[in-house]
Amino acid sequence: MRRRSNVPPSPRRIVAAVASAALLAGCAATPARDAPSPDDPFEPMNRVAYSVHEVVDGHFVKPMVQAYVDYTPQFIQLGIRNFFGNVDDFFSFINAMLQGKPDKAGHDLGRVITNTGFGIFGIIDVASGAVPKGEEDFGQTFGVWGIPQGPYLFIPIFGPTTFRDGSGWIIRGFTTPIGYIPDVPLRNTLWGIGAVDLRAQALQAESIVGQAALDPYTFIRRAYLQRRRYLVYDGQPPPAKEDDE
Amino acid sequence: MTHTEHRAPSIARAAARARIGGWLIALLASLLLAAPALAQEAPDALVKRVSQEVLAIIKSDPKVQAGDQARIRDLIETKLTPYFDVDRMTALAAGRAYRSATPEQKKRLAEEFKTLLIRTYSTALNQYRDQSLDYKPLRADPNATDVTVRTEVIRPGQPPVAIDYSMGKTPSGWKAYDVIVGGVSLVTNYRDEFTREVQAGGVDGLIKALAAKNGGGSAK
Repeated sequence: MRRRSNVPPSPRRIVAAVASAALLAGCAATPARDAPSPDDPFEPMNRVAYSVHEVVDGHFVKPMVQAYVDYTPQFIQLGIRNFFGNVDDFFSFINAMLQGKPDKAGHDLGRVITNTGFGIFGIIDVASGAVPKGEEDFGQTFGVWGIPQGPYLFIPIFGPTTFRDGSGWIIRGFTTPIGYIPDVPLRNTLWGIGAVDLRAQALQAESIVGQAALDPYTFIRRAYLQRRRYLVYDGQPPPAKEDDE
Repeated sequence: MTHTEHRAPSIARAAARARIGGWLIALLASLLLAAPALAQEAPDALVKRVSQEVLAIIKSDPKVQAGDQARIRDLIETKLTPYFDVDRMTALAAGRAYRSATPEQKKRLAEEFKTLLIRTYSTALNQYRDQSLDYKPLRADPNATDVTVRTEVIRPGQPPVAIDYSMGKTPSGWKAYDVIVGGVSLVTNYRDEFTREVQAGGVDGLIKALAAKNGGGSAK
């Protein structure tokens, strides 16, 4: 909210304000009793969600996505990745604008125009190499506006998020161009492929978590929150205050 | 050897002696200069040299290419771990619990943590073997004893992933005490995990948990 003067009022801000009010209320209603992490007041609930996720994801989603990765020709996977990457770039553009970063926004818009026009709706990433890919999203925008991240949430199938980032995903779900495709079977197919592609991106990191973590739930939570903080500060986070060394 | 030769050395011999003398001086000087220079290899130069060595081996070694985990672990243990300050990493990750631990506990904790890190690193290497690395210029005071060396993994069509090494100066040269991948600090991540285990079963509980985690395979 500190950047009030730079950002014109918009429906997004109202949604964000409502989301932050809701999460503040949530904080007040559930004082962290003996939760070890102040970021995760709903830890008991989240751990249940995590174990549900492990079963459902491990038995159904992950094998399917792994099959997609193993048996789909590389160039098709890359085309799919690029197509949805182009949608990501579009949202990166919107959010760079909302965060008052015209340079980044220009890069992102340039990528979207180039790849949509010359790359067959983004299937070929022609802009790659020339223009760095942005990674802004609504969750980061809320962070830049000073809205606290709110309680951490683990949602089965979807994965780790926070109130702030989850609100961002909901907004994105309602605004994504995919949702405005009039042909229903095509739209649903794209939603499905997009979900598979999103899940496939997490496979590599996941195998590292499996090897590294004593308790995967704790490990994923800390990694997710660190990563999001880093992204909000565009890779230059102020040093976190640590009680040790 | 005759009197006359000693008193009146030929010009050629004098020249030869001078050359040997000069060579010796140069050798001694280079040894004297090189020893501290090697010990104080700049941190960014060290990261670049070590990572390029390791990447070259990964690209050329058929066993590594075939995914031989034992070989990859051996490579990490011999080529990478000497440049990591495992004791400091352990101290940072375990925090308060480390300071109250006995020397024996500290030693075992560091050993188990090192094994876990080697295994994690080998899994990560297996994943990222085809990507190229970009080295960022070091922005640090020449007298600094604590620096961050920045590198980037370049991935086609995806945002690059920053890999930063927090490094401290030790008597045996610069050593890394944290690796930050895409903003995720390894040490910070383990701090939560370690705290959890210590709360549940003390330092011994943490050592036991790490040992159990490492006991999954054959390699130590």
